[in-house]
Amino acid sequence: MADALLPTQFSDLEPFVEDWCLDSEPERYAKRLTSTMAEIQAFYDAIFPRAEEAICYLEQFPLDDLPEDAFRLLKLLYSLILVSFPVEIWRQPRIPDTGTASFELKLEPIP
Amino acid sequence: MTQPLKVPKQAARHYPKPPEGSWTEHYPELDTAPVSYESSISPEFYALEREAIFKRAWLNVGRVEQLRRKGGFFTKELAIARTSLIVVRGMDDKIRAFHNVCRHRGNKLVWTDYPSEEISGTCRQFACKYHGWTYELDGRCSFILQEGEFFGIDKADYGLVPVHCEVWQGFIFVNLAKEPPQTLTEFLGPMITAIDYPFERLTQRYYYRGDIRSNWKVFLDAFQEFYHPPILHGNQNPVMRQTDYREKGFYTSHFQTDGPHRVGSTSGGAGGKLVPEFYNPIERVMRSGLFGPWDPSEIVTDKLPPGLNPGNKKNWGLDSFQIFPNFAIVFWETGWYLTYHYWPVAPDRLLFEANAYFTPPRNVRERLAQQLGIATIKEYALEDCGTLEATQMGLESRVVSAFPLGDQEFMCRHLNKVVNNWVDDYKRSRAEG
Repeated sequence: MADALLPTQFSDLEPFVEDWCLDSEPERYAKRLTSTMAEIQAFYDAIFPRAEEAICYLEQFPLDDLPEDAFRLLKLLYSLILVSFPVEIWRQPRIPDTGTASFELKLEPIP
Repeated sequence: MTQPLKVPKQAARHYPKPPEGSWTEHYPELDTAPVSYESSISPEFYALEREAIFKRAWLNVGRVEQLRRKGGFFTKELAIARTSLIVVRGMDDKIRAFHNVCRHRGNKLVWTDYPSEEISGTCRQFACKYHGWTYELDGRCSFILQEGEFFGIDKADYGLVPVHCEVWQGFIFVNLAKEPPQTLTEFLGPMITAIDYPFERLTQRYYYRGDIRSNWKVFLDAFQEFYHPPILHGNQNPVMRQTDYREKGFYTSHFQTDGPHRVGSTSGGAGGKLVPEFYNPIERVMRSGLFGPWDPSEIVTDKLPPGLNPGNKKNWGLDSFQIFPNFAIVFWETGWYLTYHYWPVAPDRLLFEANAYFTPPRNVRERLAQQLGIATIKEYALEDCGTLEATQMGLESRVVSAFPLGDQEFMCRHLNKVVNNWVDDYKRSRAEG
């Protein structure tokens, strides 16, 4: 299991790693805007019920020393945060009535 | 199952007003008449704002944490003043600001790849990309290529053009005037300088910027009144979502001004204080939302930092300090803060910056709570962005020339008044020669 993408207990979420394990907020937001609601809903439905369990698992590590598989899991949670708005509020990927406005996160902490 | 919903009391009687009957009438320099927004659509007025306000007032350009090491620098584009600045920490640890212009032939001195983009970094000297003229961190010119080819030149006369630069509580301010009429402390005044906050401990920073098609004041106004949230943000706000707010409105609990600056205090985002049904599922899992973590950070004690909650209100949740002309600091009860900057770029365009500052998270749970907080900032801000572009279009039609402002829009009326006062003062001083 040396090259497992996610910690063993979350291996069922591995199919989502390729699409939703992204390094930065702009990439995650772009992924949200270019996904269909069906894709977003599938990801949300898979990970949201596991969120609390994932947070408990990740809490055992110091933030600045996360193993790679744990960091991938954390990035999935970052994506979960961004897709929660379309799922829980907007019922569409883009916020209604936002026209051409842009508002980009230029600096964010790592991890 | 059917837990009674705990709805915060929102009737007007819970938000007492000054004896005059309104916040607006409490301040004799303000009237209650409808307001013109010609100042937000007129190119001539924009040109006046450049000289009267942005070349005279102290402007916040960043924080000292952006310049941790000697030689640390960043550039700041000030479109309305048609200049770029270099802000740098010298070998003597002093922070200085200079116009970003080589004294030789006027080339922009510090930039990379794209001349109009801001950059930051660390260096020992600034060397011009064009002919190699070199400047020390304190602005002195220290090298001229083929100096002997020039005519009676003395490097001492060719230092970078300095800009007045002072620091308050770690915030770096510049003033483009030749001789600012006030020191930074005098300019900020007692209401702002009363603030003594542990800014240096909140080093976990998120930085947003947006290019928005509206006048800077039209945009700023939306961020200094709490009249619009139940409607514009009514779908996503756990508190505002309640029909109670949509029908009766939300009340700001305290307004105060000091010179050109102002503050509004409210009960805040009510994070986690209501029954769970009020919150989105993600908010309940992450214990965060609108706009930050529900749980207090390590700076929170049973005593608020000096200068906060100036109205001494019981149900205090946040202060929105509006520092003239274009800078705001919003303090939240759970121990973090936000800043906003509204940089005019054209009469109908601004660069909007938002920075969120938290204490460094101690674990993944705290990290995620901050991440959801900053995600909500974007969801709300984008709703504002779309609508304010529409407002700008409505104003530019000039179909309507005067707009009624309610008492909840006290801060909008105050800004409008102060901007007009500064422009009038400038015109008067020019007329007097």
